[in-house]
Amino acid sequence: MNDDLRTEIRAAVTAILDRRGEDRTGRAWKELSEGGFHLIGVPEEAGGSGGGLGELAVVVDVAAFQAVPVPVAETAFLAGWLLARAGLSVPAGMTVASLDEARGHRQDGVLRLSGRLRVPWARHAGHIVTMARCAEENLVAVIPGDAGAELVTAENLAGEPRDLLVLDGVAAAASAAAPPGLDATALLRRGALARSVQLAAAARAVLVSARRHVTEREQFGRPLARFQAVQQHLAALAAQVTAMQVSAQAAVAAVEHEDADAAVAVAAAKATTSAGARQVAAIGHQLHGALGYSSEHHLGAVTTRLWAWREEFGNESHWHDHLATALHDRAWWPLLTGDAR
Amino acid sequence: MTTSIHLPPHRLSEAARRLRDDVRSFLDGELAAGTFVPRCDAWMSVADPAFSRRLGARGWIGMTLPSAYGGHDRSPLERFVVTEELLAAGAPVAAHWIADRQMAPSILRHGSPSQRERYLPAIARGECYFAIGMSEPDAGSDLASVRTRARQVDGGWEITGTKVWTTGAHFAHAIVVLARTDGSPADRHAGLSQFIVDLPAPGVEIRPIRTIDGEHHFNEVIFDAAVVAEDSLLGERGAGWRQVTAELAHERSGPERYMSTVPLLRVWAEHVRQQGDASAERELGGLTARAWTLRQMSLSVAAALAEERPPEIAAALVKDLGSRFEADVVETVRRLAGIEPRKNGSGLEGLLAEAFLHSPAFTLRGGSNEILRSVVARGLGVR
Repeated sequence: MNDDLRTEIRAAVTAILDRRGEDRTGRAWKELSEGGFHLIGVPEEAGGSGGGLGELAVVVDVAAFQAVPVPVAETAFLAGWLLARAGLSVPAGMTVASLDEARGHRQDGVLRLSGRLRVPWARHAGHIVTMARCAEENLVAVIPGDAGAELVTAENLAGEPRDLLVLDGVAAAASAAAPPGLDATALLRRGALARSVQLAAAARAVLVSARRHVTEREQFGRPLARFQAVQQHLAALAAQVTAMQVSAQAAVAAVEHEDADAAVAVAAAKATTSAGARQVAAIGHQLHGALGYSSEHHLGAVTTRLWAWREEFGNESHWHDHLATALHDRAWWPLLTGDAR
Repeated sequence: MTTSIHLPPHRLSEAARRLRDDVRSFLDGELAAGTFVPRCDAWMSVADPAFSRRLGARGWIGMTLPSAYGGHDRSPLERFVVTEELLAAGAPVAAHWIADRQMAPSILRHGSPSQRERYLPAIARGECYFAIGMSEPDAGSDLASVRTRARQVDGGWEITGTKVWTTGAHFAHAIVVLARTDGSPADRHAGLSQFIVDLPAPGVEIRPIRTIDGEHHFNEVIFDAAVVAEDSLLGERGAGWRQVTAELAHERSGPERYMSTVPLLRVWAEHVRQQGDASAERELGGLTARAWTLRQMSLSVAAALAEERPPEIAAALVKDLGSRFEADVVETVRRLAGIEPRKNGSGLEGLLAEAFLHSPAFTLRGGSNEILRSVVARGLGVR
C-alpha cells in the first residue's frame, strides 16, 4: 500500500529491537508500546495505532527476524483484531488472545467465564481477550489478568510463554457480540497468517546468518563459501526461504485486499512456511557447524522458533487437509488461480 | 551483493482476469470439440500447427509485441495468464512455444528492421516456429565452450559445427545458432555471436535424437560449411553471450518450469475426490500448497520481467524448486493412485507413463538444477 510508511516502520522497529542488554523483552516491549508499534493495524477508534495489515506484518516480521521475545503477533494481530471486530476497545497495557473459546453464563447481569484456555504470554498480560459461547450467543470478552484465574505456565520449543488459564466463573470486564464469521476457524486462520509471516522472517534470518558465516569462517585454508557443496546448500536454503517469503507476503496481500480466496492463500502460506521450516533449520545448522548448536550463538533462537511456530495454528498436515477439503467443492486449477470456475 | 532474494508478490489486474475467462472458454470449446487431449509436457512435445494458428488468430501469440510487428501490445502479465491457462490444460502448444517465448522478444530487441519484418508478424500469427541451437556434444551446461564457428565469407557467413538437443528442429522454420565468430574457446564469453538460419537449408542436416521413451522431440543439427546471408547475424557480432543470457531469463522464468505435470495432477485430483482416501487427500493438499506458492513465485518473476528488473537469480531459484515439484507430482501419483502406468494408455495410466518417461528432463533442460543453484549462489555473493 504505502511503501514509504512500511520502510519507516521497519527502520523504527529495527532500531528498537536491535538494542541488546539486560531484560531485552521488558525494554523492547516498553519501547514498542510507547511508540504504539504493538497495536499497528488496529483501528484508532478501537484504541489501536491505525495502519493496515501490511504495516502490521512489517512489525511482526522484524520482531521474528530478530527473534526478540515480544508478543506483537499475539497483541495486535490477534487480540487487537478480535476486539476491533467486536467493536470493543483495546485496554491499556499488554492484551493477548486466548486460542480457545470459553463457556459463558450470565449471573445477575454479569458475564462469567469458565474453561481451560491456551493463552500465549498470559503470565505477562494485563488483559486477555477470548471468544466465548453463552447460551446461543457468540461473544468476544475481556478478562483482567488479575481476575483470579489459575495460571499454568508452559513454554514452546523456543522458550516462549505458552500458558494455560483455568477459569472457573471469572467475571468478564467487558464483552460484545461477535460479528458473523468471527469464530474459532477465523481465529485459527488469523493466527496461521501471523505465524506464516513469522516463519518466513525467521527463515530469512537463518539465510542471512548462514551466508555471513560461510563467508567469514575459514577451514582447510579457504572460506567455507568456496566449497561447491556449501554453495549448493546455501542456494537450496535461499530457494526455500524465498518460497516462504513469497507465500506469506501473498497471503497478507490477499487478506488485506479481502480477496474471495484469502482462506486458500492463508492455508497455502501456513502449509508452505511450516513445511519449509524443516529444511531451513536443517541446512542452517549444517552450514553453521557445531558453533550454531551452542546457546551462545544466535542461530538457536531462530531455529527453535521455526520448530515451534510451524506447529502453532495448525502445522502443514492440518492445512494440507484443509486444502484437500476445499477441493471437494472446487476443481483444482480454479482453486489455484482464485476463480470461481 | 544481496542477503536475500527480493521477490514481492504481484496481484493480477482485472483485465488479466477477464482475459483468463476468455482463454478458458476457448479451451473448453476446443476440448468439447475434441481437438486435443490434455497431455503432460505438451509445451515441449505436442505440436499442432493448426492449434497454434487458432491461438494466433485470437491474438494469444506474440502478445507483448508491438502492433506494428503483428503483435498485440499486451503486458507480460497478460501473456502470463494465457500461458498458464494453456499449460494447465495440457494444450498442444509446442509448435510455436519457443518462437513466442524467447525468439519474439529476442528478435524485437536485437533484430534488424528486416529481421523484425520477416519473422515477428509470422510468429504472432502462429505460423513461424523456431528451434534453438545452443547445446553441443561438448557443451551442455557449459555453453561458453561452444565450438561451432561462423566465418565471414564473401556475401555472408559460413557456419560449421554440431548442435544437439535441439527441440523441434525437424518442424521449425528457422533456428537461432550460437557460434564463435572471433577468438577461441579459451576466450569463453567473448567472441560469440547469434545467427538466424532458415530451415531447411543446404549444408544443414537434421537428425533425430530419440529419448528413452522412443519419441522424437530433439535433434542433432549439423552445419557443414553452411553459408547464410550477411544479414542472418542477430544483434551484434561478439555480443552473443549477453543476448543469450537475456534470452535465458525468458526461457527459465515461465510457468512451464513448474507446470509440466499439472495435467496429471488435475486428473489425479479428480480421482482422489471420487475415491475419498484420506492419506491421498492429505498429499494432494500438500502438492496444492506447493503449487500455489510456486504460482505466486512465477507470477512475481513475470512481474519483475515486466518491470525490466532482471530476474535471473529469482528465475533460477524458481526453476530449481519448480522442476523438482514436477517430478514430485509424478512420484506422488505413482505411489498413491493404485494404478500401473501404461504407455499410450488413456486417462491417468497414460498421463502417468508419459510424465514418468519425461521426468529425467525436468531438472536438466534449460540449465541443470546444479547450474541454477550456482547462479543463485553467485547472486548471494558467495561465488
